Amino acid sequence: MDGSVTSDVLRQHLIDPEICIRCNTCEEMCPEDAITHDDLNYVIDFDKCTMKGDCLPPCPTGAIDSFRKATRPWTIEEQFGWDSLPPDAEPVVESKGPLPEDVVAITENATSGAGGQTLPPWSAAHPYINLYTPEQPAVATVMGNMRLTDESASTGIHHLVLDFGNNAFPYLEGQSIGVLPPGEDENGRPHHVRLYSISSPREGERPGYNNCAITVKRITEDNDGNPVEGVASTFLCGLEKGDEVNVTGPFGTAFLMPNHAGANLLMICTGTGAAPMRAMTERRRRKWARGAREAGGSMTLFFGARTAGELPYFGPLKKLPQEFMDVQMAFSREPGAEKEYVQDRIRAQGKQLAGLLRDENTFMYICGHRRMEDGVEASLTDICAYHDMDWPQIRDRMRLAGRYHVETYY
Amino acid sequence: MSINYTDKIPNNVELGDDRKLQRALEHWQPRYLDWWQEMGPEGFQTDDIYLRTAVSVDPKGWAQFGHVKMPDYRWGIFLTPQEEGRMVNFGDHKGQPAWNEVPGEYRSTLRRIITVQGDTEPASVEQQRFLGATCPSLYDMRNLFQVNVEEGRHLWAMVYLLHKYFGRDGREEGDALLERRSGDENHPRILGAFNERTPDWLSFFFFTFITDRDGKYQLAALAESGFDPLARTCKFMLTEEAHHLFVGETGIARVLQRTAEVAKKIGTEDPDALRKEGVIDFQTIQKYLNFHYSVTLDLYGSEISTNAANFYTMGLKGRFEETKIDDDHQLKDDTYPVPMQTNGSIGIEDVAAVTAMNERLRDDYEVDVLKGVGRWNKMLEKTGVEARMVLAHKCFNRRVGRFDMGQPDVPHVAPDGRIISEAEWTKRHTEWLPSDGDHAYVASLMGQVKEPGKIANWIAPPRVGIDGKPPLDFEYVRFN
Repeated sequence: MDGSVTSDVLRQHLIDPEICIRCNTCEEMCPEDAITHDDLNYVIDFDKCTMKGDCLPPCPTGAIDSFRKATRPWTIEEQFGWDSLPPDAEPVVESKGPLPEDVVAITENATSGAGGQTLPPWSAAHPYINLYTPEQPAVATVMGNMRLTDESASTGIHHLVLDFGNNAFPYLEGQSIGVLPPGEDENGRPHHVRLYSISSPREGERPGYNNCAITVKRITEDNDGNPVEGVASTFLCGLEKGDEVNVTGPFGTAFLMPNHAGANLLMICTGTGAAPMRAMTERRRRKWARGAREAGGSMTLFFGARTAGELPYFGPLKKLPQEFMDVQMAFSREPGAEKEYVQDRIRAQGKQLAGLLRDENTFMYICGHRRMEDGVEASLTDICAYHDMDWPQIRDRMRLAGRYHVETYY
Repeated sequence: MSINYTDKIPNNVELGDDRKLQRALEHWQPRYLDWWQEMGPEGFQTDDIYLRTAVSVDPKGWAQFGHVKMPDYRWGIFLTPQEEGRMVNFGDHKGQPAWNEVPGEYRSTLRRIITVQGDTEPASVEQQRFLGATCPSLYDMRNLFQVNVEEGRHLWAMVYLLHKYFGRDGREEGDALLERRSGDENHPRILGAFNERTPDWLSFFFFTFITDRDGKYQLAALAESGFDPLARTCKFMLTEEAHHLFVGETGIARVLQRTAEVAKKIGTEDPDALRKEGVIDFQTIQKYLNFHYSVTLDLYGSEISTNAANFYTMGLKGRFEETKIDDDHQLKDDTYPVPMQTNGSIGIEDVAAVTAMNERLRDDYEVDVLKGVGRWNKMLEKTGVEARMVLAHKCFNRRVGRFDMGQPDVPHVAPDGRIISEAEWTKRHTEWLPSDGDHAYVASLMGQVKEPGKIANWIAPPRVGIDGKPPLDFEYVRFN
């Protein structure tokens, strides 16, 4: 593993000495010679292990399938002395105390598709979280509010730019902010916080200024199609330049982008799920425009919406050269065209996807409506089966490696 | 009978293009299947077992899991990939290119080595064929059958070598491997330990922990062979052998753990009290260990052996991890300590190292067994009981070599290595080795548990399942 970029909590592949029977199979199998042993234990050299996984299936005991979070790699000498594995290190994140309960609940729900909270990519930057709370929110000023989707589109999606003024608000692509709508609910209590993914890169929508962008869909009906007015979205979409908003956060410690050279981004989204993808691609695009073309691996985006007119950031996306990013769009209600969902588009790109999934340097992000999960899962299962791979196995390995991230919502 | 070579017999030896080998296997394979039906696991041939099958030698291909009927198991032929420019690494031919054909002068010696190794594989299947009827859980039953089909594959591996490299003699040896029977008075298996019964699951776990570990060391020594196809075959077999050792080591660990838990619960380690609770007392487990260990030590042969010396100088069978040892790999002037009788105790005699190859492999093996015993003891210590397992002296209860107690003038040796009188042996040997009563008690516990999620009272559940499946709550065997 290249140590040039460090994250505060790393993920280390280890062998559980309580389960291992010292059969030497893993040592034989490892193409990197990363595994060695003394009289007591079999151990893995962190600097040599590339997480290739050749040692995993041959292990007769499952002892090899052990991973731990650590603040620095355990040396092989330390591992020689173990009777049992150490506990996970707690992620080191700057936070002003515990996360608000509603933020925890929303996060748990959103990440359930990935099997719960995961680790960030190993080269992710250090996130700050929970710097502002409902009790002490940051007051942000609206710098711009632009409707992204066609006037004719059934959904109104807005791009809002918020300026934090003198409040420090450091954030990373993939993180969210909380918005506190003013007023009270019918029971006279303050409204619940709503989370919105940040859609601008870390240096700001307008670089060099203390600002961020969010993507807001105006809610006009509930999940059953009954007319309803979304409290926060109606408030946000109606804001004008100069208006003030109370903001909490930032939140999110895992859905972050890798920063090392050669990392592939595989992004799958629908609707406003495009926000974090936009932040990550914009980060890469700006570096790319500055000539730092070696900065990243490939980028592939699968983007689904009802029609082209409802696709946020559709115009700019079309202008990106294919060599920068492979954009695959799917429309389910485009007049005169066959229905296509994002999972159908994925299926059509099976070969390319199989290649990406085989690559240990691919980082996957899924964001959008919960409905997409099953279809995407089915497509990936079929693609993998066709290419002689086992999707659940790959997914689990990616998740353990901080390479598989899901945020979905209703 | 015609065979679809690519589907039926996964292989990396280009079987599809080798007409001669195909013909030999066409003759042998139906007989093998007959043998499997007759002598393989009794009563489970039509059930679906969650088995691991090797379909290629790369890490992804050699551990494919799925429910399979045992007779449909795809026994394959695999060699680890050839190492470019590999040399004979020891003996008189050290430094010469490794042989890809059998050297004429070593033909009969090599054939014998391969036949003896091959004979142990079907033998263990025969020894274990009735155990399915008394399995403590579906997980354990599945492990038993996995061990069985892989021993079957190891037989294939040895028969491949016989067919491919030894012409008609090889084919005849291949047939004979299917004709000998474990424990048969007139037609026994070649090595003693492989004619002992495996009557119960405690014996099975000790067999896989203790005796399959001999297999590991024999295979490891052959994996150093100058005859490259043998070396590569054995190397791949070692990867499978690891699972067998795992079944044994964790099997015993789980038996000990269960006994320890019950001892803690009832507040005593007294054997009778433990037996009343339906678990196996520590003393009985210790006696089984003594028995299996001593019987298996015999498999290494005599302390001083000209045969073993020849195998080494000829470059046919090396030492354990030969290439990792830092010496001249010819042992022209080296000595090695072997045990000998001195006045009333066991002493050490330094002999020419090349003649002590058996003893050296036995010692390497002993170190490995000790580590496993140490891990059990660590677990016992953690559980908070007093009992510990002890490995007997390597001269205890031997039937081969300098301490063969059947020979006149050879004294008896106690488990702690003391030389003892005939009288003491007669009086105390049932303290050290399982008595008929012990066997009967263990046998009384053996009853089949075959519902997912359940396990027999005398053994703790496994910590992890197979292939990421739950340890107990999974249909590792589907009965038809």
